Amino acid sequence: MNIVVCLKQVPDTETRIRIKDDAGKGIVRENVKFIISPFDEFALEEALRLKEKLGGQVIALSLGPDRAKDALRTALAVGADKAVHVNDGGLAGTDSLGVARTLAAAIRKLDHDVVLFGKKGVGLDRGQVPAQVAQILGLPFAGQATEITVSDDGKSATVDREIEGGRERFEVPLPAVISREKSANELRHAALKGIMAAKSKPIQAFTLADLGLDAAALQPKVLVSKMEYPTERTAGRVLQGDAATAARELVRLLHEEAKVI
Amino acid sequence: MTILTVAEFRAGGLGKPALEALGEARRQADLVGGKTGVVLIGHNVDPAVATLTRYGADEIYIFDSAALENYSLEKYASAVAQVVEAHKPDVVLIPGTVHGREIAPWLASRLGVGAAADCIGIKVAPDGALEAVRPLYSGKARARVSFCGRPQIASLRPNVFAVGDVNDSRAANSHRMALGEAPAGAVLREVAAASGGKVELSEARVIVAGGRGLKGPEHFDMLEKLAEVVGGAVGASRMVVDLGWKPHDMQVGQTGKVVNPELYIAVGISGAIQHLVGMQTSKTIVAINKDPEAPIFKIADYGVVGDAFEVVPLLTEEFKKALAPVSV
Repeated sequence: MNIVVCLKQVPDTETRIRIKDDAGKGIVRENVKFIISPFDEFALEEALRLKEKLGGQVIALSLGPDRAKDALRTALAVGADKAVHVNDGGLAGTDSLGVARTLAAAIRKLDHDVVLFGKKGVGLDRGQVPAQVAQILGLPFAGQATEITVSDDGKSATVDREIEGGRERFEVPLPAVISREKSANELRHAALKGIMAAKSKPIQAFTLADLGLDAAALQPKVLVSKMEYPTERTAGRVLQGDAATAARELVRLLHEEAKVI
Repeated sequence: MTILTVAEFRAGGLGKPALEALGEARRQADLVGGKTGVVLIGHNVDPAVATLTRYGADEIYIFDSAALENYSLEKYASAVAQVVEAHKPDVVLIPGTVHGREIAPWLASRLGVGAAADCIGIKVAPDGALEAVRPLYSGKARARVSFCGRPQIASLRPNVFAVGDVNDSRAANSHRMALGEAPAGAVLREVAAASGGKVELSEARVIVAGGRGLKGPEHFDMLEKLAEVVGGAVGASRMVVDLGWKPHDMQVGQTGKVVNPELYIAVGISGAIQHLVGMQTSKTIVAINKDPEAPIFKIADYGVVGDAFEVVPLLTEEFKKALAPVSV
């Protein structure tokens, strides 16, 4: 089983987000710690578990600037067999469709039975790239998987997911693109041996030209005109008195003042 | 200027997010003298035609067949693509459900145009240009976006846009459509409804959420009781889910669900940033916590410093009294 797992770096989820002063179209990236997007970590762990069960290889794929190599080294350290880095200045400012087109071109060059993603990058929070990669590659898509079981013959997978008010179970012919919901299986820690081994494993690099793509064709279709901070909430009031008094007063306020009940 | 929306129909009905998308399409179209269209997909969908008409659809494109009874990303998105290619709408608004959040990007990729995900505000200009507002960095920032090319696609966050007014005197043109080619994809084998009568978190008007302050999964019973009285749903903090007390589908926060009910009651939740970003757009927030320094109080409209085990049952009784039908 050849498993390609796509990893995106995002600002650490504890980071205070600061919008750039100039045109207000992006965030300040200096002194921001970048991590593998949490959902992508669950996808990576899923990839390693699928390989342990079915054999084959895990290929970690990341699109991003030089720092994306850190994500790929992490993947190699926990057990990915290969790492592929798509790095090209022409990708700056592209949107989810541009990213999807680039990743799809890279995936075409790699053996793939399953292409795994996290359900969204915790950052831009779009969650659009996985379905778009599937569309471009002409592969089936199963999104937000909570459970992935590959059949014995390796020709299909059963994928479970949660939807509003219920669950769905899909039969997915392979190869396919699957995005992963959070799971109970957090990404394993790298052993020292793995970390040392990762240092000597090569990271294959692709530019847009290597993929037969032209930056002009990847110009964004969705343009950010301005970024803003949300309206800050402020502390309201703390109700005084014993629990019974506070409970009574709270219900009164919710009814008469907030008018929500 | 035309705004197209998408509505799935099956046994459970149309779903509120579909009516929200149509409601917003109608409002925007009325502001600039435009028209609305709805792509209606499913099997035996006739009851939905009247509903969509009353809620403001001008044109209804009906894909009704047994093959469409079960959801299929490729079939549903291809149906929308077919209507887009024939009728060239300026804007396509898609309900931001689990299905919609994958139909929108797939469709955008298929058409080679842009899609903005999870929008919380939109504005359509008389020439059909769309400006959308979408949250990013878990709501720590928001972006105003515009589009290059047509159609402009946006998925809309559920529970943000109002369902439109019903008008029984409206008329719509219905068009029976046959689905052309669609790629084979994943096949839906089973659909299981969540256990009886549970209110879906992302659509709930009231959410009662519990954190580690509840000390154990068994104490969520009292939140269930409170939620039942107010007709709400029960949510949980990440800690509660990580401890295995409650399943992930109840988690509110950065790696869980983002919710925006009318009323959010946080019980025994300290208010870590990753929780706050999942619920801070709630209209009214109530915090019940023993620790007066808990960060949740910084964003709560009303706070009660006290023992949840004492406060919640009293609160449940007070709600019961307040919500009881007035006797004459």
